Amino acid sequence: MDRRKSIKSMILGGMAGGLALHGCKTKDEAEVEATSELQGYSYNYGRTPAEKERILELEADQFLNEHEMETVTVLCALILPANEHFGSAVDAGAPEFIEFMAKDQPEIQTSLRGGLMWLDHQSNVQFSKEFKSAEEAQQKQLLDTIAFYDPKIPLSRQSLEIQFFSLIRNLTLTGYYTSKIGIEDLGYKGNTPNVWDGVPQEVLDQHGVAYDEEWLAKCVDQSKRNVIAEWDDEGNLLT
Amino acid sequence: MQIKESPKMYDAIIVGSGAGGGMATKILADAGLKVAVVEAGPFFDPADPDQMTQLKWPWESPRRGAGTDRPFGDFDTAYGGWDLEGEPYTHKDGTKFDWFRSRMLGGRTNHWGRISLRFGPHDFKHKDIDGLGDNWPIGYEDVKPYYDKVDKLIGVFGTKEGLPNDPDGFFLPPPKPRLHELFYINGARKSNIPVYPSRLSMLTKRINNDRGVCFYCSQCSRACQVYADFSAESVLIFPAQKSGGQVDLYVNSMVREVTTNSEGKATGVSYINKEDRKEYQLKGKVVVLAASACSSARILLNSKSEQHPNGLGNSGNTVGKYLHDSTGSSRAGFIPGLMNRKTYNEDGVGGMHVYTPWWLDNKKLDFPRGYHIEVWGGMGMPNYGFGFNANDFNKFFDLPTGGYGNSLRADVQKYYGSVLGFGGRGESIALEDNYCEIDPTTVDEFGIPVLRFHYNWSDFERKQARHMQQTFEELIHNMGGIPLGDTPTKEEDYGLHAPGNIIHEVGTTRMGDDPKRSVVNKYQQLHDADNVFITDAGPFVSQADKNCTWTILALSWRASDYIVEQLKQQNI
Repeated sequence: MDRRKSIKSMILGGMAGGLALHGCKTKDEAEVEATSELQGYSYNYGRTPAEKERILELEADQFLNEHEMETVTVLCALILPANEHFGSAVDAGAPEFIEFMAKDQPEIQTSLRGGLMWLDHQSNVQFSKEFKSAEEAQQKQLLDTIAFYDPKIPLSRQSLEIQFFSLIRNLTLTGYYTSKIGIEDLGYKGNTPNVWDGVPQEVLDQHGVAYDEEWLAKCVDQSKRNVIAEWDDEGNLLT
Repeated sequence: MQIKESPKMYDAIIVGSGAGGGMATKILADAGLKVAVVEAGPFFDPADPDQMTQLKWPWESPRRGAGTDRPFGDFDTAYGGWDLEGEPYTHKDGTKFDWFRSRMLGGRTNHWGRISLRFGPHDFKHKDIDGLGDNWPIGYEDVKPYYDKVDKLIGVFGTKEGLPNDPDGFFLPPPKPRLHELFYINGARKSNIPVYPSRLSMLTKRINNDRGVCFYCSQCSRACQVYADFSAESVLIFPAQKSGGQVDLYVNSMVREVTTNSEGKATGVSYINKEDRKEYQLKGKVVVLAASACSSARILLNSKSEQHPNGLGNSGNTVGKYLHDSTGSSRAGFIPGLMNRKTYNEDGVGGMHVYTPWWLDNKKLDFPRGYHIEVWGGMGMPNYGFGFNANDFNKFFDLPTGGYGNSLRADVQKYYGSVLGFGGRGESIALEDNYCEIDPTTVDEFGIPVLRFHYNWSDFERKQARHMQQTFEELIHNMGGIPLGDTPTKEEDYGLHAPGNIIHEVGTTRMGDDPKRSVVNKYQQLHDADNVFITDAGPFVSQADKNCTWTILALSWRASDYIVEQLKQQNI
């Protein structure tokens, strides 16, 4: 950590201006001040002070009321229920994610809230019950009328309830597959330090492709990746 | 006097800390000069856990990586975007230009694609070939020694191919292609389109003991915590400080203008400290502007004085003119041969492992200049948007689209990694009538007059975009795939991105021998004030079908060597 320390001591920061090179805040001090004002902030992914404040503001607000949140939860469970190996979209936190996105991207609010009311209206008319309280078979009967879209027609020209369901399905799936459960389900193996050394042979075979020997000969020899590069005058790598 | 002056006299004041400013910092500080680096954004270090986004998971963001706050997504490392609060820019005559600014130490180098291509001999003298635009006052042979030095100092992987206009360098070895890239290679060969290992500034092999080696997380756009990719602060500015250089960093400091004396020479800069919103002055023997092509032009135009009534460096009325961005057009295809994939870690480096440089002869085409092809695809980490229209490709198999329930899991799995996309990035012709200028009606929140843009594409660029689309469709068909979306029409400019979109804006302070038609000389020194230099992409006479960063770095090094020499000889 010596390196960072030595660099920090050389930062003047805007505070110093041209006047006093001493007595200016270091980055650490400035950061401590900034975070101490942000009670309840629970994330750790490199936000700027302004971004942290915006997240806190969004979280302090509530868009979906209790009934709407319950309806969204029922919908998420229908869109992606648990299977024998993995939890449901609800287990993956999709409803909370949808609530956050409705505040983060307010342009979806009307379709979201309107669609939920449309569901309750239809459910009341057909089953004399709000959607969330209807039998699962009744819920599915309703969803079957709006869950499929015609790929030949732009979505914006299809009925509002179809657009609503596409929206909630998209948010549910993205909420699921960006969660810990969803990534495990998908089998994504990256986001971790590793050494890439080409496509596994069985995968090449499965997809009917092969590496060119000539091409491979130009590629990195991973056993020598930690040997410092040296070249001759013509740019030929020697190490 | 309300403006607070610093008593310290710097040898050089460098405005901006991206590629051009970072390189000037390194070279000038290493030469023993006392330098001030003035950056409009905050301090940034990709190794600082409080600022780090690398190796974070999508669920660590409440918006799962959506681009609400940061236009390239929540994990992208650019503090800024197309619109900055309190810092507007405007447009003239209903034209369009999108301006991406990143306010942080290292600027846009923290998130860029690291595509590191040298300009070739033709690129510096293209007027000689097709009569369009202007030649540079320098040629490849002037820049080659600096490209060589940049390769060795910073590190770039690639292969020696002996191509006439894509010169070889001192390369680290490239990574092996990924599965979709093998499909691309095969598809391209069917149309005799050449493919080569790409050339990116990431360390596939160690180049010194201060920087780490790539660990293949594919996240260079998040800036690398072990400094295995090129970002200006981690590779240039920090090393300059570490080796004992006299470098004072002024962060959150927004430069307003270059100050000049009664002889018209620069005396320093004035800037707004964003934290106390007061104006300060720094004094220096030399001022190096590297704030980005448009920001440097803005500073010059706002630096009006008795000696420079039209703005500094603007006696020939050229500042801001000849603004040009790369052309760009994109397309993606669904490749059935890439369905039903076994999953394994194929993150690779942050960007393409293979690419196609410009390969055709314009004599047989209806547009001048060329483009290179960038390729993307693979089983990337899910982020906001993943799973949208999860089974839309069912339409290609006459299966129902939409639905709900566990069958969606199978659909997501089946199509994961089956899309391959292209970006064409080409050369536009610089025109005097495409420019930025000061908008006299608008100031930013610091009271500094803002830029107003005027930019129109010509048919040259539109025809180039049409050719890109034809090529992409042919390539997708060759891979047994189906192009997604409709072919962009003439009314849609054939999918040509709006100017500025490719974020390769250059040319606003172009170099030349004639002070009436250029702003700087061949050493990037203002014709109108010999102690002011520009080391961003403003001095570019033409853009080439390359990316600008490697040339910014080489030219900044060259200009910095010249500054050191001129100071020694007491010429400036």
